[in-house]
Formats: sequence, C-alpha cells, structure tokens
Amino acid sequence: MMRDLTELGIAAIRDGVAAGEFTAVEVTEAFNANVAAARALNAFIVETPEIALDMAKAVDADRAAGKELGKMAGVPIGMKDLFCTEGTQTTAASTILSGFVPHYESTVSANLWKAGAAMLGKLNLDQFAMGSSNETSAFGNVISPWRIGGGNDAPLAPGGSSGGSSSAVSARLCPAATGTDTGGSIRQPAAFTGITGVKPTYGRCSRWGVVAFASSLDQAGPMAHDVRDCAIMLGSMAGFDPKDTTSLDLPVPDWEAALSSDMRGKKVGIPREYRMDGTDQDILESWDKGIAWLKDAGAQIIDISLPHTQYALPAYYIIAPAEASSNLSRYDGVRYGMREVPEGANLQDMYAATRSAGFGPEVKRRIMIGTYVLSAGFYDAYYTQAQKVRTLISQDFEAAFQKCDVILAPTTPTASFSLGDKSKDPLAMYLNDVFAVPASMAGLPALSVPCGLNKDGLPLGLQIIGNMLDEQSVLNAGLAIEERAGFTARPDKWW
Amino acid sequence: MSVDKETVTKIASLARIAISDDEAGALVPELNNILDWVDQLGEVDVSGVEPMSAVIPNKLRMREDIINADPLTGGGVRDKILANAPDAEDGFFAVPKVIE
Amino acid sequence: MSNKYTVQGASGEFEVIIGLEVHAQISTQSKLFSGSSTEFGAQPNSQVSLIDAAMPGMLPVPNMECMRQAVRTGMALGAQINKYSRFDRKNYFYADLPQGYQISQLYHPIVGEGEIEVTLDEKDPDSATKRIGVERIHVEQDAGKLMHDQHPTSSYVDLNRCGVALMEIVSKPDMTSPREAGAYVKKLRSILRYVGSCDGNMEQGSMRADVNVSVRRAGEELGTRTETKNVNSIRFLMQVVEIEARRQVDLIEDGGTVIQETRLFDPNRMETRSMRSKEDAHDYRYFPDPDLLPVELDDAFLEECKQSLPELPDEKRVRYENELGLTAYNAAVLTAESETSFWFEELLAQSVERTGKSDKDLAKQCANWLLSELFGALNKLGVTLEESPVSPSQGAELLSLVADGTISGKIAKDVFEIMLETKQGAEQIVEEKGLKQVSDTGAIEAAINDIIAANEDKVAQYRGGNARLLGFFVGQTMKAMQGKANPQIVNEILKKKLDS
Ligand SMILES: [Mg+2]
Ligand SMILES: [Zn+2]
Repeated sequence: MMRDLTELGIAAIRDGVAAGEFTAVEVTEAFNANVAAARALNAFIVETPEIALDMAKAVDADRAAGKELGKMAGVPIGMKDLFCTEGTQTTAASTILSGFVPHYESTVSANLWKAGAAMLGKLNLDQFAMGSSNETSAFGNVISPWRIGGGNDAPLAPGGSSGGSSSAVSARLCPAATGTDTGGSIRQPAAFTGITGVKPTYGRCSRWGVVAFASSLDQAGPMAHDVRDCAIMLGSMAGFDPKDTTSLDLPVPDWEAALSSDMRGKKVGIPREYRMDGTDQDILESWDKGIAWLKDAGAQIIDISLPHTQYALPAYYIIAPAEASSNLSRYDGVRYGMREVPEGANLQDMYAATRSAGFGPEVKRRIMIGTYVLSAGFYDAYYTQAQKVRTLISQDFEAAFQKCDVILAPTTPTASFSLGDKSKDPLAMYLNDVFAVPASMAGLPALSVPCGLNKDGLPLGLQIIGNMLDEQSVLNAGLAIEERAGFTARPDKWW
Repeated sequence: MSVDKETVTKIASLARIAISDDEAGALVPELNNILDWVDQLGEVDVSGVEPMSAVIPNKLRMREDIINADPLTGGGVRDKILANAPDAEDGFFAVPKVIE
Repeated sequence: MSNKYTVQGASGEFEVIIGLEVHAQISTQSKLFSGSSTEFGAQPNSQVSLIDAAMPGMLPVPNMECMRQAVRTGMALGAQINKYSRFDRKNYFYADLPQGYQISQLYHPIVGEGEIEVTLDEKDPDSATKRIGVERIHVEQDAGKLMHDQHPTSSYVDLNRCGVALMEIVSKPDMTSPREAGAYVKKLRSILRYVGSCDGNMEQGSMRADVNVSVRRAGEELGTRTETKNVNSIRFLMQVVEIEARRQVDLIEDGGTVIQETRLFDPNRMETRSMRSKEDAHDYRYFPDPDLLPVELDDAFLEECKQSLPELPDEKRVRYENELGLTAYNAAVLTAESETSFWFEELLAQSVERTGKSDKDLAKQCANWLLSELFGALNKLGVTLEESPVSPSQGAELLSLVADGTISGKIAKDVFEIMLETKQGAEQIVEEKGLKQVSDTGAIEAAINDIIAANEDKVAQYRGGNARLLGFFVGQTMKAMQGKANPQIVNEILKKKLDS
C-alpha cells in the first residue's frame, strides 16, 4: 500500500517529487481529498482542486523534461484569503468583497507559484485579519481540529486571524499555508494548533497584492509543521519587490541551508516583563522548559528587561485601527465588491449602507476606534502618543539585542479556548495577543514553535523573537526547541 | 477620554457606516471600554521621543518617470479596472447621481 | 494701482484680503504613485492602473521626477527646501477618490517659505513691485472626474486624472486686490513654465486656484474667509475676488456673518455658491501614510536640481536691460513668458551667427522686430508665438539681410509679408523677386544725374536755401531705382552733387 502522502511536510514532498518517489499530482490528489473531506473545519472559503492539479502537472512535466525544479516544487499549499489570487475569488473573509475576483496576483503568492508550489484553495480567516479566534469571518467560524477530549466536544478556536491556515495545516489538509501577522496572527494560531509559524522582519515579504489591514505592521509568513519547512517556505515567499516601497532591498538568505540547532555561544534573553498576571501556569511551565532546552543546546540564558511591554498592546490598538480605518475606506461599493443602494439613496448614503452591510461587527468596531483616534482634537493624544510609545518599544528591543541574540517568551497567555468564550468581550480577545504584539510593533522577526500540551491536552507554543533581519537566529533557536520538545501530538480525527 | 452616543453617531457618519440609534447606544460602552484601556498610554513619559516613522530603518525608494514600466502598475487596463464593478457603463464607473 | 483697492459698503470701506492655493499639475509622463500615463484627453478609465483604482492590496511608489520638479520650483521661488518631508493621508469619501484618502503632505511639505515679486502694472515696468509670500509647496494626488450629464440617474466616474501629480502652491494672505491676485498667478505661471515643472495650461486644468477671500474694515481683525474652489482662469480669478468681496461686504452690511465654507464659481451667472455636497467632510483625519517612508533628499540631488534651473524671468529682465541695452519695457515684455524670451534669444543667437555682429549690436533690432512686426502679424493671424509660421532662424535670416544692407527696412516689411504667406525663406524671396538693394554707386549716380538735369529749377531753389527739397530728390531717386537703392548711398551722392 502506498504511504499517506499527506503525512509529509514541505521538505519531504519536495525531495520525494524531485527524487521521483511520487509525483506532484499524487501528492496534490491526496491533499485535495483531505480538503474535500474536512469541510466540518470550515478552513477553506474556496477550494481549488483543479488549479492545484494543473500546477502539479506542470511540475511533473518540468521534472520529466529535466528542468530545474523550484524550492517548493510539487508542494500544494493553502493560501490565506487575504492574498489576491488572479482569477480566484479573494474576499478577506468579508461580505464587502463577496464575488471579487482579482485580475492580479500578489507578489508573495506569485513567488510561491514560481517556486513550484500549488494552490489547494483560499483559506478562511478573521474578517480583514481582525481577530484572534477566527470568529469574525463572514464565511463562518473556523474550527480547530483539536478538542479537549474526554467527552468535551466543544469546538475550539484555531486562533486568528490565520485560523484557516492553522486549522488546515494542523489537520493535514495541506502541508503548509501562508499566514499574515499584524499583531500575532501567524504565531498565535500556530501556537493554538501545534504547528510552527514565522513572522519575518517587516519588509521581508512584499505587501503588494495582500489586502491591507495595518500597513506598518502587516507581514506575511509561513505556517507549517516544523522549522525546516518554515525556513524553506519563507525563502520562497520573501524577496525584494519594487512595487512595495517598504520592501527590503536585500538578498534572501538561504535559511534552510544555514539551519543549526547548536546554540553554543548564543545568548537568549528572558524578558522579565512577560511574566504577567493572568498567564496560565501551564504556559509558565512551558517557558521554563524552553529555557532548559536552549541551555541544553548550549545557549547562555540572561535576564533582560523590555520596560514598555505592557504598553505595546494598547498602542497597537490605536495604531492598527487608525491605519485600518483609512485602508478600508476603499471598500465603498463603487469599483468592486458589494454595493447596497437603499431606495432614493445618494452617493454618501450608498457608502454608508454598503459599508454597514458589508463589514462585520469587529471590523466596524475597529474602523470606529481608528476614525475616532484620528479625528480632530484627538490625533496627538492618541495616534502621536502611540507612535512615540512604539518608538520606546523599539528602543527596548534595540537595547535588549545589545545583550542577547534572541528572546524567548511564551507565544500566548493561554492555550486555545472554546469558540464563543471571548467573542463577546473584545478586550479579553485583544489580550490574547499580549505576548505577540510587541515584536510586531517593532517589526522584528518572531516564530512560534510547539513545545508540548497543557493539562487539557491542547498544544502550547513558545515564541522566539530575533533582531531585525536575523530570521536565521530565530529559526535556529526554534529548531533547538523543536528537537528537544519532541512534539508529536496530533489532533484525533473527528471531522 | 470617553465617547457618548452623539459622538459615536458622528464617528460612524465620518466613517460612512450606517448605524441605527440602538446600535450607536450599544457601541458606547464597548468603545469606552477600549478607550479607557488605551488611555493608560497617557502615563508613558514620551518627552523627547520621536513618533515612529519607519518600523525598520529603510529609505524611501522612488521610481523613474516611465509610463507602464511594469504592466502590474501601469495603465491601459480598463477591462481589468472595470471587471468587478457593481455598475459600469460606457467605460465609466456609475454611481447614484451626485448633485454638486 | 497707487490707489488702494477697497469695497464700498453702506457704512464704510472694506479692505480685501486674498490668499491663493494654486494646484499646478507637475509635468511628468506618469502619475505620482503609479506608472499610468498622464496624457490629456484619453478614453475614460484607459489611463488607470490597479493602484489608481485602489484595488485591494495596491501600494503607491512615488515618482522621483515629481519630487524633483517640486524642488526645482521651490528653488525658483527662493524657497526653503525641506530635505525631510512626508506623505500624509487626507481621508474623505467621494466618488472621484478611490482610495478614500488623498495622499498629500500636511505636516512636512517638501517646500517651505518663499516669495514671488510681482509688478503691479505690467504695462509700466517702472511701476511698484510687491513681494507676495509663498507659505509652502506640497506634492499630492489629483482626483478623478465625475460626469453628471450622461445618464438620468447616475453620475459617471473617470479615473484618468486620478493620481496625477500636483503641486499645491499656497500663498500667504498677502494680496489685497483682484489685480494683485491676477498678477501673482500670472507671474507664478510664468515661473513654472520657465522651470518646466508645469505647462500652466489653465484650460486643460493643469493649473487652477482655490481663492481664499475675506474682508475687513480698515484696521480691524481679519474677517472669516471663504474658499472658492478650482478657478481655472486668471480672468475668473479676478472676478471671483471682486464678486466674493462684494457678497461678503453686502452680507456684513445686512447684519449677516460670513461663514467659513467652500464655494463654487459660476461664470455664467457671475456668482459664487456654497458647495453643499462637500460640506460635511471637514474632519480629514490626516496622518502619515503608513505605506510610504519619509522622503529624504540628499545634497547631490538638490545640487542637480539647482544646476538644472534655467535663468528665471527676473534675472533675464535685468540682463536684457543691462547687458543687451534694451528698454525696461521691452525687457519686461520679452521675459514675461518663457516662450517669448526663448524665441527672442534664439532669434538673437541666429542673427549673431549670421552677421558676426555682437548681440548687443543686434538686440534692439531683434526686440523691435519681434515685438512690433512679428507680434503684429501673429495678432492679425490670431495665432500664438508657438504657432508662428515664421521660425526664429527665418526671422534672423530676414534681419541679417537688413543688417548687411542687402535690403532696406522698408523692403524687409514686404519680404516678411511674403514669408508669412508662403513660409519661404527671406533670401529666396529677395532673390526671386529681385529685391536686392542697389549699392552700386555708378548706377545710383547715373540716376541722380538724370534727375538733376530734369529738375534744374528745384536744384536752384535748394541751393537757394530750401533744404527741405532734399527729400524730393531722394524720393525721385528711389522711385527711379524702384525702391532698391541703398538710401544711405543715395543721400551721400545727392548731397555731394547738390552742395558742390
Ligand atoms: Mg484648497
Ligand atoms: Zn490640494
């Protein structure tokens, strides 16, 4: 009997296809089948099995013709529905973009296709990437494949906003998926579902063709089973793009080739301010384990201070909504997406009706906050103040990286929670990103790697934050943890 | 700082989001809850601190003045521009009549 | 102009205070943030990129040339150039603004304070001049266009103009009469055209002014101003000031108060009207555009901008007077428009080349011919200097024929007429029509001998003291020579013969 190809990750598929152990089409068919059988997870908004097959066929044909294969040749992936894909509906999980079919391809997805990856479909997410539980999608909640078990079948949050990505990778509907991280949206869902996710340095991945949430924070990154797969996929996504002026004009390092879990001579900073009230005991214990593992890998552990940590989240909830309120002004019912014209409506009525009907409650809430903090008389007190605090947060990290190479912290203050648990209290939901947001505010590379299960049998993640452009150290430290954590837990298939 | 229903209504109108009176009322405590929480930023001493203007030290790149140098960012693509329009006629986008 | 401009109200006189925000389209091939063309008059929405249409995920990439032209313009106004500037978003909703915000520069404009010197009476170059302050110049996107008359219930949106680069040149409220406002815009337009940063074409909307007007009784505080948007000719601009000042004074005299608002000029009804459609959007929520990093200009860039600046009208005028010896009036008229001065300088350069004389020797002749003969002819034909049927080199050809004595000034006028009609060269015309001036003393002397012989009575009268009769002999000689005799030689020989 043939092995189950959906058990494989990026490296194994790439190598197997290249070696002729199996074809790209075989791999894609296997994943297409898993996708079709997992609708209960609601991870996909659009499934594109035919597109995936066509792309796989092209890889097989290239191989047969003896052509050089790309870094992800034959690897089918899920594409977060925040990336515009030419000819395939792109909605950002919002009604306001229902039916929108872009005539262009985002730079990141184009890079992936160029590397030989194939698209299994468009993944669900929190609407406009605003949320931490994937409960704000206009296409319904994404369900985590994980359950507490013992008769408790309550659906759990896959995290957000890249919840479709985390759920799909965790359930092996795809070996990897794209995510985007504005304030933790790759790392938090990765932590919730026992997978690995990397947010690179701001500017590594082009934002061109990615539906914008908060321009100064948005970064795309990979979500996959392990650190190596993330290194490979990030290498395929990243790169200079002249169409994005915030894109870094730097060569993309070969992160995979330079992977090393040897931490001798490296210093790992432990930020004391991350020991916060309300953090689960399980999380604190996992953090201690992580410290021990990195020590074991040869690293020196040092105590560091990031004094403005507590202000990162409130500053984020000024800056991100402010940018979003402006970025989302283009959804007005004139050029694409839905249009709502009440009887006798004038242009401005049309805007208000369209946006009222098209945006979900969380999106509206953030647009309102953003509009308010930018409005006359409040701009300096809120926005300017928040950007100054952001400078201080950056300076904290800058000082810390004088002393250490990477920072180790928990990814989240808790493990996954039941759907509905926090959705009625926006603030409680926001607080879930308290550990993830500071690195976003400073534009730094960070990763979440699974480190074990909590008492309820739910995955926990550890976060590594690196200095700007130093994805390599982040990946290496993540690999050191991965090797020692031996995380092999899987959700029981119930879907 | 906190908002009242009138302010919420004004903000919604600025943001072009139609809300009912009830919705405005419901948003008041929600928004105030968030605003009260972000108000803690006021405690931070920011004297002499510049607001952040570039997350990662990077220089603004500019382009040469060339028409359609990159087909992805050039013109001459009217069909693509209009393809998703809810209402397009004679090569124009159409909107409810505006009286200026 | 020495009299102060005031508006008479029932209870007294009012002064008028004017500030202008001039939007000048920067002369570039492509738009400010996208590669689509800026060419005027294209099919609707054919010059629109995904960026201009604000498709999801699109990002702006600034056009370097726009920043360069703004800097050059600032330098031409002697303005502060800011090496650090930023783009901000001005947020409002309108169908001509796909992004829902205009990318502009509020907090850190690229150009700071400068000034423009205007001559208050352009007919009189010796009249008073006034310095009008420029507050700032910033770079921003133009909006698209709405059309209301194509459909009964819809307005149509054309985004071709959307994203075209503009400079907004903001004056200080330094103007106090329609004439000053007109002179300011005229001078500004001239400088922009010299610099090459804007074609100044007001009919096509390349330049338009928002006119801020307020009135006050002498010595009182500034009144509330209104802003009349998008005025697209200098004549209209002067009318707007007049009409709006009158309206405000009447309103105040009737016990009303002026409210700060944006207004629209209706040239058909000669009135300004409140623009209700844009009334509610006064909270623009400006903030730095997070898609764009700050603009940082280095010294090499600024130096290049400086080096590339042409001689500007004021410097030119002074040079024409001092070095070329032109009259103040001629110097002023020749430099008022870049085209005129470029035409003049080309004419002069070609004349120097043809005759080997110095430009100082030729300048006056060139200036006079251009300003009277050529302008007169163009006026009659109803065409502009750019459309002139005669080129500077053809003009130089004609003038050098006069300078070297080949034809007389009088014949030159006839030759010019033929040139305008046939577009033939002057030399060819002179050759073909046999218009060459005769300087052959033998031929002239022979003709003069005949005339003296036939008019002995007049010779006697002349010798008897009637010196005026010399004119008669000159006329007769020229007639006999069919106008082609060199008048100087005719004079010399006649005098020699008659006076001996
Ligand atoms: Mg204005
Ligand atoms: Zn403007």
